[in-house]
Amino acid sequence: MSAKVELENIEKSYGATQTLRSASLTIEAGEFMTLVGPSGCGKSTLLRIMAGLQPQSAGEIRIDGTSVDHLRPRERDIAMVFQSYALYPHMSVEQNIGTPLRVRRLPTAVRLPVLGRLVPGQRTARREIQEAVREVADQVEIGHLLPRKPAALSGGQRQRVALARAIIRNPKVFLMDEPLSNLDARLRVTMRGEITSLHRRLGATFIYVTHDQTEAMTMSDRVAVMMDGEIVQCASPQELYTNPQDLRVARFIGSPEINVVSTEETARWTGQPLPDGIAHIAFRPEAIDFTPKSAGIGVDARLLRHELLGHDVLVFLQTDQGTEVTGRIPAAQWSGLAVADGQIAFTLRPEALLAFDPSGKRAPLPFSPDGMMPADRMLSHAS
Amino acid sequence: MSKTRQAGAGMRYTLGQFASHAFLLALAFIFMFPFYVMLVTSFRAPQELFTPEFNWLPQVFTGAHYYIESLTATPVLTFMKNGVIISLGILLVQLLTAIPCAYALAKFEFRGRKLLFAIVIFALTVPIQVPALPLFLGLNAIGALDTYFAAMMPFFLSVFAIFLFRQSFKSYPDEIIHAARLDGMSEWAILWTIVVPGSVPAIAAFSVFSLTSHWNDLYWPMIVIRSNELMTPPLGLAYFADSESGENYGALMATATILTAPLMLAFLFAQRQFIRGITMTGVK
Amino acid sequence: MPADIAAFPGPAPVAVSPRRRHGAQIPGWVSWSLAGPSVVLLVLLMLLPIAAIVLLSFTDYRFGALEVSFVGLDNYVDLNSDRAFWRALGNTFTYVAMVVPASVFLGLLLAVLINGLTRGRKIYQLIFFLPVTATLVAMATVWKYLLHGTIGPFNLLLKSWGLPAIDFFSDPDLVLGGLALINIWSLAGFNMVLFIAGLTAIPEELYDAASVDGMENPLDRFFSVTLPLLGPTTMFVIITSTITAFKVFDTVAVITRGGPRRGASDVLLYTTYLEGFTYFRMGSAAAMTVVFLAIIMIFAFLQARVLDRKVHY
Repeated sequence: MSAKVELENIEKSYGATQTLRSASLTIEAGEFMTLVGPSGCGKSTLLRIMAGLQPQSAGEIRIDGTSVDHLRPRERDIAMVFQSYALYPHMSVEQNIGTPLRVRRLPTAVRLPVLGRLVPGQRTARREIQEAVREVADQVEIGHLLPRKPAALSGGQRQRVALARAIIRNPKVFLMDEPLSNLDARLRVTMRGEITSLHRRLGATFIYVTHDQTEAMTMSDRVAVMMDGEIVQCASPQELYTNPQDLRVARFIGSPEINVVSTEETARWTGQPLPDGIAHIAFRPEAIDFTPKSAGIGVDARLLRHELLGHDVLVFLQTDQGTEVTGRIPAAQWSGLAVADGQIAFTLRPEALLAFDPSGKRAPLPFSPDGMMPADRMLSHAS
Repeated sequence: MSKTRQAGAGMRYTLGQFASHAFLLALAFIFMFPFYVMLVTSFRAPQELFTPEFNWLPQVFTGAHYYIESLTATPVLTFMKNGVIISLGILLVQLLTAIPCAYALAKFEFRGRKLLFAIVIFALTVPIQVPALPLFLGLNAIGALDTYFAAMMPFFLSVFAIFLFRQSFKSYPDEIIHAARLDGMSEWAILWTIVVPGSVPAIAAFSVFSLTSHWNDLYWPMIVIRSNELMTPPLGLAYFADSESGENYGALMATATILTAPLMLAFLFAQRQFIRGITMTGVK
Repeated sequence: MPADIAAFPGPAPVAVSPRRRHGAQIPGWVSWSLAGPSVVLLVLLMLLPIAAIVLLSFTDYRFGALEVSFVGLDNYVDLNSDRAFWRALGNTFTYVAMVVPASVFLGLLLAVLINGLTRGRKIYQLIFFLPVTATLVAMATVWKYLLHGTIGPFNLLLKSWGLPAIDFFSDPDLVLGGLALINIWSLAGFNMVLFIAGLTAIPEELYDAASVDGMENPLDRFFSVTLPLLGPTTMFVIITSTITAFKVFDTVAVITRGGPRRGASDVLLYTTYLEGFTYFRMGSAAAMTVVFLAIIMIFAFLQARVLDRKVHY
């Protein structure tokens, strides 16, 4: 049970402020898609528009090829897990999980508090719901908590109840709005694994919103990075990391942050000016190589400090021009490193460099593998 | 040095406490005196009342004589029944009308919302004495004077309830309402089964406020109620006190005790809710 | 993120499809079906009657009369020259001037003393709040007997201590004072609770700071910390007490009926009540009601201003 979700030119504005400007995205059936971006980028708004909780100002949403814009939230066959879990505080865990089924399967009169108990002939329906609740509760390992109220649960347990309430409807699409952000770090790692295995087990389409790039990178099939109300790039996690199409994406993805240096400084390193269309050169910390005599662009720097991360070491450097860059090397390499008077030299492999134009868009790399600029690429870029 | 200072402060502390207690006890005595008089008089024989000296306790034991007299000779129980019917009836309609309106004002955007809220705020300041005349004329025109309906009608709408519940509903998390929509509930179901259970404290406080003010109200029943069978406790007592020209104070005080007792007992059992409910308006 | 959550449900500036409503938009009729009953009642029980009372005040309508004519401002002109009306208005203000300072001061005194206690706070609060919950009409009959000139326990007590008797409700000079006494008794506990709420809102650190600054005298602390911070509460209590006192009716109706002699305890609401519902002179009763509404609106306006500021302090 899964469905393809298509967003076409979705816009949203509140008065004069536009929170979404023409967001388009296709999420394949059964895919785990993550919307990631800094807070205020419009990712939660986009999710709520998909759920039908907020109307878009323009654009269309299609599920399995049919437009759902006119459908109310309940008619869209979508389940959602909220950041605050949104559990009904006065209901037990069992009632919370069973609500979507009770609302859909039992007639209104039967659902009335107190009076509903008096309506005859609903025993089978009630028993079915009870069994379904027990089953999903066991799936997320909260079978023993059914009689409790949400207030008596820990954060992780509430999270599981919220998941169970979404699962029980067996929807084609799951929307998750920062579901892990209220959990502590250790629990977050566990739940990350559980949600991905849940996705595999259910086979449904998952659309997951987070501001945490680790969640985005570790859980998803594809990640859509949102900035200022736009989807800047949508690609697999690996692709986003190695091949960002926008400087903002490059900066947002990866920790420690990608190193960005000016074209002037790069020109000084290579001894040649860079073409006009390029404003920034960026490279990941892994691109820094301290192995003596390795091929590439050589740079002299001063060692500021280093951080031992166990397996890796982060090396903080300052170039002669005063730019600070960070390198990440294996611990074994660090211990064999020769630092004289705080000075250290490193090389950059030219193919590890990323070039961006003044607007932050990705530009072709003006270097050949030997560190020199190939004339043909220069020409093609200039035209 | 610090030790002596502490001792000094302690001394002054207990002295201050002692003085406060002495003063408060004296005031408490004065405040309780009318209640004491009410109770003690309801047990006194008439000849004691007209003697010129003051006795703290009844000299003759009358037992429950005046209470029995009050319950049998006057329709006290009818008054109380009317009080219960009228104040509960008012409360029920107030809750049924104010809760949905407050929810719409708190959570929905609709044309005319701002105007409606402005009118509610204005109406908050208008006491019953202002629309009393036209309401009386209207009830008279439809021939409804001297009925339960007449006693309840002006209070069917409580703008105060709308105002209070709107505040309470506004703070109800939107995410839970969204979850309920996704779960498939209608807006009415969301209101009554999700939002209302989350606002029980506000509703309880308002209920206390509404029940006490209508149980105690004299003004409006005095205008629309004529028959003895429909009189509320305050109206019945005022009427009874008036017609008892024989100055049967024992029975009068017994009646006063009986009519005051329900609210006072409720207050003693649920002080917190009562204080919250009554002081909530700021206006007694 | 909270910003875009809180903004729901926002108006859709551009219609998605002119033919079909967006599923996320709550249709207007849903809102109006929720608010509808209240709107109908608001119009029938509040707006129309207020319009009617203003209109009535320009007529000579008498209850039961077949003819009504428009008399312009005559009712107001008559009120202006009516000594009984001015006396009722004057009595009401005198009464307010007695009740408000006494009940506010007593409420503050009780609150400060009780708040300073280490034990017994709850029981004192209970005792002083008890008169607030008591049915005023019932207690009025008790007070009437209690203060009775000859057989009232109060006077018997005075006499047993060798003091002269005071007959509140038969002496035109004392009757308002007697009524005020009852209102002070029933209002002080109410004000006390409001003041205690204000006191508990004062941060404890301020008193610690005052102690560090060498302020040890309780009176110093009261005047330099407590009272200034209670300012907004005090304003609020004064105005609400004024409105409550201004609406005095029950005790007059039960105990004095405007007496003794002609009108020594006539108050605005009682006079209006008699004019409208005993003499059935609706036109002039309506004019009195309009005056009453105008005065209440002034107090309510002040109250709203104070409440506004209280939020920010």
